[in-house]
Amino acid sequence: MTAVELPQTVTPPAAPAKPAGLFRTAWTFPQAKVGAALTLVVVLIALLGPWLGPVLTGHTTTDFAGKPFKPDGIAGTDGLGRDVLTRFLAGGTTLLLYAVLATALGIVLGALLGMVAGYGGGRLDSFLMRGNDVLLSFPQLVIALLAIAVIGPEGWLLVLVIGLTHAPRTARVTRQATVAVRGNDYIRAAEMYAVPRGQILLREILPNITGPLMVELGLRLTYSIGYIASLSFLGLGIQPPAADWGLMINENRIALVVQPWGVLLPVLAIAALTVGTNLVADSLASAAAGRKREARA
Amino acid sequence: MTRLILRRLLVSLAVLWLVSLLVFVATLLLPGDPARAILGQQATPERIAALQHQLHLDLPVWQRYLDWLGGLLTGDLGTSTSTQGPVTALLGDRISASLALLILAAVLATPLGIGLGTWSAIRRDRVTDQVISGISLVIAALPEFVIGVALVVLLSTTVFKIFPSVTLTTPGEPVWSQPAQLVLPVATLVLVVTPYITRMMRATMNEVLDSGYVEMARLKGMPERLVLTRHALPHAVGPVAQVVALQLAWLAGGVVVVEFLFRYPGIGQALIDAVSKRDVAVVQAITLLIAAVYIVVNLLADVVGILANPKLRTEAGR
Repeated sequence: MTAVELPQTVTPPAAPAKPAGLFRTAWTFPQAKVGAALTLVVVLIALLGPWLGPVLTGHTTTDFAGKPFKPDGIAGTDGLGRDVLTRFLAGGTTLLLYAVLATALGIVLGALLGMVAGYGGGRLDSFLMRGNDVLLSFPQLVIALLAIAVIGPEGWLLVLVIGLTHAPRTARVTRQATVAVRGNDYIRAAEMYAVPRGQILLREILPNITGPLMVELGLRLTYSIGYIASLSFLGLGIQPPAADWGLMINENRIALVVQPWGVLLPVLAIAALTVGTNLVADSLASAAAGRKREARA
Repeated sequence: MTRLILRRLLVSLAVLWLVSLLVFVATLLLPGDPARAILGQQATPERIAALQHQLHLDLPVWQRYLDWLGGLLTGDLGTSTSTQGPVTALLGDRISASLALLILAAVLATPLGIGLGTWSAIRRDRVTDQVISGISLVIAALPEFVIGVALVVLLSTTVFKIFPSVTLTTPGEPVWSQPAQLVLPVATLVLVVTPYITRMMRATMNEVLDSGYVEMARLKGMPERLVLTRHALPHAVGPVAQVVALQLAWLAGGVVVVEFLFRYPGIGQALIDAVSKRDVAVVQAITLLIAAVYIVVNLLADVVGILANPKLRTEAGR
């Protein structure tokens, strides 16, 4: 997982793509189904886990269920004697929430900036895009670390900084897509009717760039999950004693040999989630690219 | 073409300067008074004023920025609040350790990615291609610490016990004196970067192999091997060089998590340490260093792109 986009994701569709049709085309690829299934399983665990855990195991995430590293319960206990399965079931909720919020912030802000820059053009465009160059010269994780060093590992800060660092990347993709549709007749027509600019952006341009935006949404979600889990793994994201997958991996990796579940369960969950969302994003990208080829032919 | 490269160079310098401004502004956002944070709540106003003077906190912001920038340019990165020593002393050996990691990963991942991508493109839509594309898509989605932990489980602890999962070095001894310790960190970085190079190489090669000049070469009966080496590969150099460079730039930040995971004594681990101790001078120095590497490598990527683009070459020739 890196901050560099895969090649086909930056290609905007030449023909206006209705999102419903895009999803239907993407769904014909087997990888989309695998991806959706993986994502669904992990999301269900993350959403239902906090209730399911105490019912299944009879323990909360922080009570001392047994002696340290003992195979009590289904998956045993961690170094402090807390039940690993309960903590695993509860460990995805915050991660998922933060990742979704950060993605939403990044996509909304990035799409807005990208559309304004791409449609407005001129000095505004070059100003926005030069500002982008500065933000893009930091790896996202490093800028997040700088912010955490100054303010501390707060939940809102994680969402804010990951979202804000997504924005310039999304803006670049959105701008390209906007430039590609800017000259179309329906936009000229709207301009001649003196439709306000805001309405042109929202009603004429936005519906016609949903293809690349959907792909971008899937990619950004994959990266958000990765970054937030990574920060928690570094001990600088979600803080103890909360149960969280990234944090669990960090807490339990010293005892990998005696208590593998404490590491394996969260690693598998994060892997399934990021691979799932990436497979969906990739099938959307293939669908959008396929439409583009059809439109050209 | 020279003008284009010069302009690109100036833009890079401007970006670097703005980045330094951004890193400096970050410290102004520190909540509370750094002097009070260091001395604690019990400190008398006189002592706080004395320390503020010592840390130059009583000077206006623009002067502090100029002092800081001047220090950077003369190799003085400030004083670490946790060790009380100069930041440069803290970073010296660590920079070379991180560079060793970066260079090894780059040297292994680049030919691997280019090779796999080309192979995949030659066998387009056959089993080889599907396997390579599928695996690289899956690995590309994984956060680097997940790949690293998976490697530790596979090769160091649970399944096989071949390579050490932790780097142990005595101070003053270079990390490469025990090569086995480098295997897992380097392997993790290679696995993270290779899928992107592979995918870009495959996409570019597919495009090139569909082009008119490759069809022409085939139609005149040129052996496929020559078509590849003489017509296809040279045209793929430009875009792929850019992706390779971008990946190398990314590695400068990607080492952070990998170094932490394997307790590798590089700048990444120093950064995590400094962040958890809120040692801002060290964080500033390392973020600026990483950003600088990022900017320089991106600059090189663009220059290679300009040099490899025949359109821009001929324009300059005219």
